[in-house]
Amino acid sequence: MDYALHLADNALMLGQRNAEWCGHGPVLEEDLALANHSLDLIGQARLLYQWVAEHRADGSTEDSLAYFRDPHAFLNFTLLELPHTTALAPSARADRDYAVTIARNFLFSSYMVLVWEVLQYHPEPRLAAIAAKSLKEVRYHWQHAADWLIRLGDGTPASHDKAQAAVDFLMPYTQEFWCEWPAAKHALPDTQDMQTAWWTMVNEVLSEACLRLPEAKGHVTQGVHGIHSEHMSYLLAEMQSLARQHPGATW
Amino acid sequence: MVSDPPALAQPLPWGPLALPVGDAEEVAIWTLLESVCDPEIPVLSLREIGVLRAVNATPPVWQLWITPTYNGCPAMSQMKEDLLAAMQQAGKQAEVLTCLAPAWSSDWITASGKEKLRAYGIAPPHALAQQAGTQRIRLAPKMDSARIACPQCHSLDTTETSPFGSTACKAMYKCLACAEPFDYFKPY
Repeated sequence: MDYALHLADNALMLGQRNAEWCGHGPVLEEDLALANHSLDLIGQARLLYQWVAEHRADGSTEDSLAYFRDPHAFLNFTLLELPHTTALAPSARADRDYAVTIARNFLFSSYMVLVWEVLQYHPEPRLAAIAAKSLKEVRYHWQHAADWLIRLGDGTPASHDKAQAAVDFLMPYTQEFWCEWPAAKHALPDTQDMQTAWWTMVNEVLSEACLRLPEAKGHVTQGVHGIHSEHMSYLLAEMQSLARQHPGATW
Repeated sequence: MVSDPPALAQPLPWGPLALPVGDAEEVAIWTLLESVCDPEIPVLSLREIGVLRAVNATPPVWQLWITPTYNGCPAMSQMKEDLLAAMQQAGKQAEVLTCLAPAWSSDWITASGKEKLRAYGIAPPHALAQQAGTQRIRLAPKMDSARIACPQCHSLDTTETSPFGSTACKAMYKCLACAEPFDYFKPY
């Protein structure tokens, strides 16, 4: 169940991050696009949290899992909690860089296309059903991100530089996709082929985008073990504060 | 709340559902539920859009099986309430259960449902989702690959203004012939 929780936390963190663009999108169409993506991601997170909560049978609910856990209990990849900026910023606020948004969505959705493709055949029918539905959604998330990455990379010198900086900044965080931890190993026994397929997918789009493929090296982040970046608490504070100030509130 | 695969005699169907024939009681329930429409698209019944998948008699309660269009569809709870209200009004006990598999597709919208969409001003999906499938759709050439007919004047001279719109299932288009903006129900 840790793996289902990890998938849910991934979806929720990226859903929350991308929703920060709501009302602030660079153009109206992108504002709508990212709000739509977030709706999908939060929908995926809900289905997974509901399942985890039922399995735990300890009074957990989708809301308690989303709003009443502390940073160390979240098992998402560190990549997904980062703010929309390449600079080290003290909080989620700071000037948001759309190239970071697009590069992250691209790197992560390339991975999730492959993950959901495998999980749709998972022997656990509930997970297989969630995977089959989520696969349809992540495919168009990927298309959106790939299209924009090409547009930015092959655009003006300024958009190219920003896209390259975003990809360079985020690539080391993708090492966490392939780190071995027990729950993931059980759900995805063979990541070797997946890793090859992922690099091919990424490389194809980057070269069409006139972007250099950076190496993924350096420190390997530990989000899946609950060890998060300094950005995580700020993200959760914003997301959880209302539910914590008014526990059980309804409207 | 999602329920595990239904305890039905037959697996949930794939594809558009016609009104059933046969068991009079069951037909009566389906007919009754024809009045329950998608809250976002009030001309389509939940059967026509493919959300209501099965009706199962487990006396004294009727089980109604629905499936979400998109995972985050915020209309699901409204649909559930509307179904229960319709059943209650008819004096029938019912529960609404949610299933996820097989995953909903816009291919499940019935032919009459597509016509109703058009008449309502939403262009129905122009292709089967299975065909639309995994091919890369590029931003630039989209304009001529998507020959979406304007639901007002039927011109094919239309253009996409935004691939995402007011709900997850729709894109925004504009007719270049009659200048009307319109929603397009995406193949999914």
